[in-house]
Amino acid sequence: MLSKLSEIKERAEKILQEADSLEKLNELRVKTLGRKGEITVMLRSLKDLSPEIKAQMGQAANQFKMQLEEMINQKSDELKQEQLLKRLQAETIDVTLPGLPLMRGSKHPLTRVYEEIRDIFVGMGFNIAEGPEIELDYYNFEALNVPRDHPARDMQDTFYINEEVVLRTHTSPVQVRTMEKMAPHLPVRIIVPGKVYRKDDDATHSPMFQQVEGLVLDDRITLADLKGTLMNFAREIFEADLKVRFRPSYFPFTEPSAEMDISCVNCQGVGCRVCSHTGWLEILGAGMVNPRVLEYGGYDPEKVTGFAFGMGIERIAMLKYGINDLRLFFDNDRRFLQQF
Amino acid sequence: MGVSINWLKQYIDIEWTPEELAHRLTMAGIAVEGVEESDADYIMELDLTPNRGDCLGVINLAREVAALNGKELRIPQVKIKENRENINDYIKVEIAAPDLCPRYAARMIKNVEIKPSPEWMQKLLLSAGIRPINNIVDVTNYVMLESNQPLHAFDYDLLSPAKTILVRKAEYGENFTTLDEVERELDLDSLVITDSIKPVALAGIMGGLNSEIKDRTKNVLIESANFLNTNIRRTSKKQGLRSDSSIRFEKGVDPNGVIYAVNRAAQLMQELAGGEIVKGICDVYPGKKDPLFVPLRFDRVNYLLGTQLSPQEIKDFLVRLQFKIKEKKGYVEVEIPTYRPDISMEADLIEEVARLYGYDQVPSTMPGSINCGGLSEYQRFRDQVKEVMAAYLYEVINYSFISPGLYDRIMLPADSYLRNYIRLANPLSEEQSVMRTLLLPGLLENVSKNLARRNQNLNFFEMGAVFYPAPERLPREVLKLGAIVAGRVELNWLKNEVPMDFYYLKGIVEILFHELGIRDYTFVAAEKPYFHPGRTARIMCRGEEIGFMGEVHPLVLENFDIGEKACAFELDVNTLFKLKGKKSMVEQIAKYPAIQRDIAVLLKEETKASEAIKVIKDSASELLQEVIVFDIYTGEQVPEGYKSAAFRLTFQSMERTLKEKEINSLIDRILASLDQELKARLR
Repeated sequence: MLSKLSEIKERAEKILQEADSLEKLNELRVKTLGRKGEITVMLRSLKDLSPEIKAQMGQAANQFKMQLEEMINQKSDELKQEQLLKRLQAETIDVTLPGLPLMRGSKHPLTRVYEEIRDIFVGMGFNIAEGPEIELDYYNFEALNVPRDHPARDMQDTFYINEEVVLRTHTSPVQVRTMEKMAPHLPVRIIVPGKVYRKDDDATHSPMFQQVEGLVLDDRITLADLKGTLMNFAREIFEADLKVRFRPSYFPFTEPSAEMDISCVNCQGVGCRVCSHTGWLEILGAGMVNPRVLEYGGYDPEKVTGFAFGMGIERIAMLKYGINDLRLFFDNDRRFLQQF
Repeated sequence: MGVSINWLKQYIDIEWTPEELAHRLTMAGIAVEGVEESDADYIMELDLTPNRGDCLGVINLAREVAALNGKELRIPQVKIKENRENINDYIKVEIAAPDLCPRYAARMIKNVEIKPSPEWMQKLLLSAGIRPINNIVDVTNYVMLESNQPLHAFDYDLLSPAKTILVRKAEYGENFTTLDEVERELDLDSLVITDSIKPVALAGIMGGLNSEIKDRTKNVLIESANFLNTNIRRTSKKQGLRSDSSIRFEKGVDPNGVIYAVNRAAQLMQELAGGEIVKGICDVYPGKKDPLFVPLRFDRVNYLLGTQLSPQEIKDFLVRLQFKIKEKKGYVEVEIPTYRPDISMEADLIEEVARLYGYDQVPSTMPGSINCGGLSEYQRFRDQVKEVMAAYLYEVINYSFISPGLYDRIMLPADSYLRNYIRLANPLSEEQSVMRTLLLPGLLENVSKNLARRNQNLNFFEMGAVFYPAPERLPREVLKLGAIVAGRVELNWLKNEVPMDFYYLKGIVEILFHELGIRDYTFVAAEKPYFHPGRTARIMCRGEEIGFMGEVHPLVLENFDIGEKACAFELDVNTLFKLKGKKSMVEQIAKYPAIQRDIAVLLKEETKASEAIKVIKDSASELLQEVIVFDIYTGEQVPEGYKSAAFRLTFQSMERTLKEKEINSLIDRILASLDQELKARLR
């Protein structure tokens, strides 16, 4: 009996050693340890033997059974590991191939730049006001201190629908509309984004473009506040160490009026083609709200002061992205749009 | 305008370099665009703001420099030797339109000798871009450049024998040839200078060929007048004729400078052309202009500027500008010289103080008050929509004005309300002459243009206003969201070329609706003239029309030279906003397993998927959580006139594990309803 056991053992160990698949291992398990396996059969046959031999043989057989089980398990683990490695190796892909081309999109660069501008002003406590693109002459000119035949009307060649209705030439009419709505409430702190229209079409003028206008009113707003606010804006939208200067200018709706220049972002103020070799770039117009405009808006200019400003979004975007032709913004060429 | 610095230095000492002078003037609001060295001189190119037309005169510019450097201004003294004759024996002046001509002054100089002007004068004229002609004409131009008062010289002997200058409006059908040899048809609002018989000058703009100074001219009548700026501007625009004279009158010229200029011109003419000056000036001045007196409060200056200027500093600035001041308690009363019509109120004077003080000297502060900034709900909503769109589509921005021909190209019938567009009175071109009433034409052009440039597989969206006429004074502006796709998902090695078709675009709409919390929407088969009649849907939600989507009609594609299929939608942004759902509380996730069953049924070809889904949902209990169409098939083994539709049904209960038996009976019920209502049989 013992010799039979060692015979089984010898054979099993040989098979174990040679087994190169889980199937063969399983075969061995069934053949030796299964319900009809050699060991099982042997153990079952012990019942006819004497108690001492039964005990002796039983112990030996059980011990072998456990040993074999463990060996099979161990071998099985090894084989599984081996198989997994093989499978993984076979599944190797070319990670350099491009991914599935999902169609993407993007916001227009003017939208992006507007949102940047907007976020800076919202951070400074501004709300956003909006108004119609087709506007009454009254709001576009009259209430902004630009009566008929005023030379300033030449500054902005206008598209007319009829005598009293125009395509707005700037976002400033929304200033007046907002004042009419808010007066006498204070403070007012708004920016006004939107499309504006002027009768002009060349590399530096588009008949439609976008502006952001701003208006701040309170009982004690000064030119110093205008400077601080806009300087802060310029440094946030471009770079922190930007040089900023203000110089007197003229707009019918502000007095005093100012133009804000920044040191050229292209040449850092040395002088280049972008800044016409002056080192400075004109970036926005601003000023203290003209008392007459305050009156049109329903505020008492003795008690309320404020400043207003306006800038072209295209201009900021051109400087930020190095775009040299304004028309690209409205050409809508996919090769341009997909760069954003 | 170019200004010679040497000329400027005749009136003021300047120790600054040309560059520094340019910088100082720029920072004081007289923008100098550049300085060019030229023939031992420097020419400054000025970019004047429209309110400072006075600085077109070199003396006035010198006055600005004097205010900046504190040096003394030297205005040329005029000394005239007159003969004993009387101007009134030579000429009479009548002004028939005093509202358009506040002042007209004339002087005579006799027996002049016409020849070229001296080189120094020619050089200065050229530096300002004016071509020298002869000593008489050159003097009028020289004095204009110097004093900003436009002048004109007539050949006295060519005036009609009445020897009367009559300033009047042009008459109906009146024609007149200006010095540039252009015959001009005058309109009734144009002001003309006549010799009481015929026009001899288009007032303030250009003289007439009929009274031109020629080599044989002996006697000269010098005109120094003032004309209403708005009228000159109007006529100059109407005639398409801008002259150095009209440019100045448009911006406004000081009527009180008339006499100085006419005397200065007479003196220079005599110096350069000999002759004798007839005694006296014929001066008619119906629109007398007196200086304004504007009060300036010291505390108001600091209140508006945020500065700490003392009353003395403020007064010093005013004095440097040569304004006369009268000190009162807490303020000064400032006499504004009539050559500065840009100053009419306190704020204007505060700007004068600020620009002399220097904007750079004004401190920088932040407004003291607090305001809660932010976006409105509608503004945030629009951002959200753009955000979703931009994940899948490129944003375009098209002009709001389009060609009316585009309405034909999208095959809109003649009676469509969308053809009721607003027309610009003065468009740049027919191509940009009407306000758009829908976004589609622009989007089609975007696709067409890109395809022409070989950009394939296009996916665009636009959010922008369209415009409809309204009974109110202003039209109705409606914000639309439009999109277009054409082509397929880019060529790739994975070989799954998804076409960007109706269902692709619909998928984007569905993601948008999901994001906005719009759930109970439906796509209903519809028709639009510009869409494929069998591939168009009206998008509805709670009885409201959100918009349309469809495959672009093949003939429209042809009209736009688009060689492949394209699909588009146009939604109403305000309706979307109205229907937008509030972020609701989350739904519990079921603890019990869901059971899925697939059924495939034969549907009549014309039966819509949505109808079948509705029947399925209506016939099942609330245990049916979801119905997905996962296959639509026609062809082999499907009888003619039918399609096979496969649905995956998901059943789930929040309270318990479902039993096979109850699912089976639900499925039986569903199949029975499908059979009964749609004659649909299980495959």
